[in-house]
Amino acid sequence: MIEHTGILEINGDIIKIKAKGVRYGELATLNNPNGRTSPAQVIRLQGDLVTLQVFTGGQGISTGATVRFLGHPMEVICSDNILGRVFSGAGQPIDGGPDLSMEPQVEIAGPSINPWMRVVPSNLIRTNIPMIDMFNCLVESQKIPIFTVAGEPYNELLARIGIQADADIIVFAGMGLTFDDYHFFWNTFQSQGVFSRTVMFVNMASDSVVERLLTPDIALAVAERFAVEDSRRVLVLMTDMTAYADALKEVGIAMEQIPSNRGYMGDLYSTLAFRYERACDFKGAGSVTILTVTTMPGDDVTHPVPDNTGFITEGQFYLHDRIIDPFGSLSRLKQLVIGTKTREDHGAVANTMIRFFAGAKEAEKKQSLAFELSDTDEKLLHFGKLFRERFMDFNVNIALDDALNLGWKTLAECFSPEELLMKEDLIKKYLPRAAAAEDLEAEITVAEAAKDVDLVEVR
Amino acid sequence: MVNTAIPTESPQLESALARVVEVNANVVTLELEQGNLVKNEVAYLAVGDQSLKAEVIRIQGNRADMQVFEDVKGVRVGDRIVCTGELLSVELGPGLLGRVFDGLQNPLADLAQTHGFFLPRGIYLDALNRDRRWTFTPQVKVGDTVQAGDVLGTVMEGQIPHKIMVPFDQPHRLAVSFIQEGSFRIEEPVVHLQNGSGDSIRLSMLQRWPVKVPLSKDMQDRRLVERQYPSEALVTTIRIIDTFFPLAKGGTACVPGPFGAGKTVLQQLIAKFSEVDVVIIVACGERAGEVVETLTEFPALLDPRSGRPLMERTIIICNTSSMPVAAREASIYTGITLGEYYRQMGLQVLLLADSTSRWAQALREISGRLEEIPGEEAFPAYLDSRIKGMYERAGVLRTRDGSVGSLTILGNVSPAGGNFEEPVTQSTIATVKVFLGLTYNRAYRRAYPAIEPLISWSRYLDQLQDYFRTHLSPEWVEKVKFSLELLKTGDTINQMMQVTGEEGIPLEDYIVYLKAQFLDNAYLQQDAFDDVDASSPQARQVQSFLLVLKVLEAEFKVATKPDAYGLFTKLTSLFKNLNYSVLDSSDYQRYEQELETLLDQNA
Ligand SMILES: Nc1ncnc2c1ncn2[C@@H]1O[C@H](COP(=O)(O)OP(=O)(O)OP(=O)(O)O)[C@@H](O)[C@H]1O
Ligand SMILES: [Mg+2]
Repeated sequence: MIEHTGILEINGDIIKIKAKGVRYGELATLNNPNGRTSPAQVIRLQGDLVTLQVFTGGQGISTGATVRFLGHPMEVICSDNILGRVFSGAGQPIDGGPDLSMEPQVEIAGPSINPWMRVVPSNLIRTNIPMIDMFNCLVESQKIPIFTVAGEPYNELLARIGIQADADIIVFAGMGLTFDDYHFFWNTFQSQGVFSRTVMFVNMASDSVVERLLTPDIALAVAERFAVEDSRRVLVLMTDMTAYADALKEVGIAMEQIPSNRGYMGDLYSTLAFRYERACDFKGAGSVTILTVTTMPGDDVTHPVPDNTGFITEGQFYLHDRIIDPFGSLSRLKQLVIGTKTREDHGAVANTMIRFFAGAKEAEKKQSLAFELSDTDEKLLHFGKLFRERFMDFNVNIALDDALNLGWKTLAECFSPEELLMKEDLIKKYLPRAAAAEDLEAEITVAEAAKDVDLVEVR
Repeated sequence: MVNTAIPTESPQLESALARVVEVNANVVTLELEQGNLVKNEVAYLAVGDQSLKAEVIRIQGNRADMQVFEDVKGVRVGDRIVCTGELLSVELGPGLLGRVFDGLQNPLADLAQTHGFFLPRGIYLDALNRDRRWTFTPQVKVGDTVQAGDVLGTVMEGQIPHKIMVPFDQPHRLAVSFIQEGSFRIEEPVVHLQNGSGDSIRLSMLQRWPVKVPLSKDMQDRRLVERQYPSEALVTTIRIIDTFFPLAKGGTACVPGPFGAGKTVLQQLIAKFSEVDVVIIVACGERAGEVVETLTEFPALLDPRSGRPLMERTIIICNTSSMPVAAREASIYTGITLGEYYRQMGLQVLLLADSTSRWAQALREISGRLEEIPGEEAFPAYLDSRIKGMYERAGVLRTRDGSVGSLTILGNVSPAGGNFEEPVTQSTIATVKVFLGLTYNRAYRRAYPAIEPLISWSRYLDQLQDYFRTHLSPEWVEKVKFSLELLKTGDTINQMMQVTGEEGIPLEDYIVYLKAQFLDNAYLQQDAFDDVDASSPQARQVQSFLLVLKVLEAEFKVATKPDAYGLFTKLTSLFKNLNYSVLDSSDYQRYEQELETLLDQNA
């Protein structure tokens, strides 16, 4: 293989060199005179002028460096032997474990999935976090981000869901991760006993942004392979997608592309969608579920990264002030499992509680403005307090059915049966006896006339 | 059937040879070696043993830029390109209905059968099945003279009489010299036509048409067909649309809204329940999962008008967000061309595009790679004219046999940050006749469909006055405007209450506010997940709206605000239950009766 010399330009992490017969997207190795080598990828061809991005970054590259083109696109090692291992953001083992160089490789960023080969998602993933399981269910093959802000326990939440979900394989991708965060994930996966079915790809905060661009593709290629070839149910955890988007921005600017919005390029939507759309329940095979963290600069959901993400994903969990906000959060797939894969009363209890919680927030507003409070307002305030303690608190860990029972109990403690505006048969079956027994007979008729779905919301 | 080699389908067209000189993602620059270049022609780029479809979009000297419809990994400078001279085209003929195609009309089910889970590049299958037979019934006889767009015969495509027509760009009058009845494959000649000098052409049931050229344009210029003014409402069975912001057959509409506001759910409802003959869904740069839901649901649902599975009247163009972006740009035109084709048969066609913003972004991505001078938010300067040109393909058309067809276009718009002050939303609003603005606020309150009545509008409410007078009720339009006014007043009062509390406003104002809330809760909102409420046909809407008006126009004699509140709570609850009851069922009658009684007692 030819060593090409004569680097013409080094700009950021991008170099230009003259060479013939080079393929678009091809992988190359850059050999610096100081002995350092780095992989690089062809990102533009203009006659015999070749533009490459260097994964380890442009810093320290000499014009005396040589480039060798490898004749194939970027690939990553993929076999069962990668489980329990840690790799760099470019897919190189970094844990000092056994050599993997003879293992099979898969192409990254391969063709997209034929929509015809997808099935409608239908399996609930239980996380034992009531704000998720009860109000915004996570469904197998869903793609959903945690929208959050710096300082919130988003990595804890991500790890907790990862461990709780009973996935066959966990693929973790860290982009721009601090060492502490990396250590937290590594340690948690180890101590919770899931490490043997986990593979980690970590691009550290100190690693190059070019490498950061590869990390999601590498993780997803591996996940997809496990799902398609081995019919495994794979959960992909990625944090932080904003760091990834910022890397895209940086490289775009170095390439002198014209940004469209706050410095981000016009193709941010397509770029993110190309990754997120790999979440899939494959017809007759496994599945890929994607859960990510998207930190929102300035807690602004209209910032281009969360905004474009929201247009792509199937809802979002909004984590702020150590709670998962029931209003800002949405699982667009929840209707596929509620009541069919979960208990019959699930939908009704969840809707009723959310309705009352919305009422509670209104009452709190009235209270703070010193407006008159009615009896109902007082009840709502009490409910609001209990709801926060029993369901919203970040540390609550409770199985779905227990959470539903607790929901009934809380409702019974705060309201009379007729105020619930729920179906008679559900009230009879689930409302705790003591609270309900006497009132029930008389009030049934009222409840009967009402449907449980989002009833009269006059104010 | 699998067509991986470079096709030689149009031997009459000149083809040119060229080589790759530059590659910038999916924009590839070529240098011409032989022949001529044609703007917007299709070219095939050879990579190894594959050939990738592309479109020539800019010509400069002997160089040209093309957008490649596929991933260009592995392309080298010097790779060979064959230019076909043919514009990007689709196949037209029986067998389109009920199918799912990508943006270039590749049939996805067939691709899944031949290639499994993924969409490999460089594979182009026939859009229409070549082996299936259709029973052709001639409508003309030997000796008749025909011209562009004339009906030669029909075949039954499911429930729809599918007209086989003279090619729409045929410049001459021709004599029928041969026509046969019977069962044929779509490529078999069924008719021969002859010109004055005795040259004859053979026509089968299959035609091709370039997607970026309006199908009836040429015939319109020659006065063979006539564009008409929309004059009939398109009934979607969504109350807030049909009553307050109506669509017209042959009209245009847009649905902008932030993410999660309910654009897609609304389009799915419209696709399901609209009273039209053909629905074309263009899933343009959005989630594949949403298409899968439609695909799973539609074959099992029946079209109430025909009693046949909904899928039989539906075509899905599926170029979702992870599929190549250049094909996304083409996908809307592919959908529109199929729509124009069915309109040409005198049918009522509805095209739903989700989302036109993704299409506009595709234009932006390509424009950026061409290093064109960017406009606002880096969109190209021609964004506005492209949007106008796209919607202009909607319309009502009197066809050659006198039947009147329509193509209605409804496009979703996904404005960044939900802010309507951005180029795509602004150009779209300046183009369409109906604006259904979804807001985060209403979605957050779960007031679905989250169309904000205070900002939405429809030009057809006035334009179709005569239709509403004769079909619905004599004072319909006035009453609708009265109700919209009431919503505005109610909102003003509500804002006042935010400052002063309930105690700060007079009882009369409070009642107006409650009336506005009632109209919103009982009529504007509609439960998409309830079997009955999901769809409210026109006749039912008229009944309901007249009943709502009784409440809005009543003078209530209540003494206190809590009394008024209690009364309206009951009215709303009764009305919601009425909405959930099957029309004229015993429940329906009971709730209606109770409502009337409650009204009589208090007004
Ligand atoms: N009419 C409705 N009734 C009940 N729920 C609805 C309705 N419309 C939307 N929703 C809820 O809102 C969610 C999002 O709706 P939808 O997917 O239509 O949003 P969208 O505007 O298309 O968002 P995006 O721009 O991200 O595609 C749905 O999954 C559903 O939970
Ligand atoms: Mg949508």
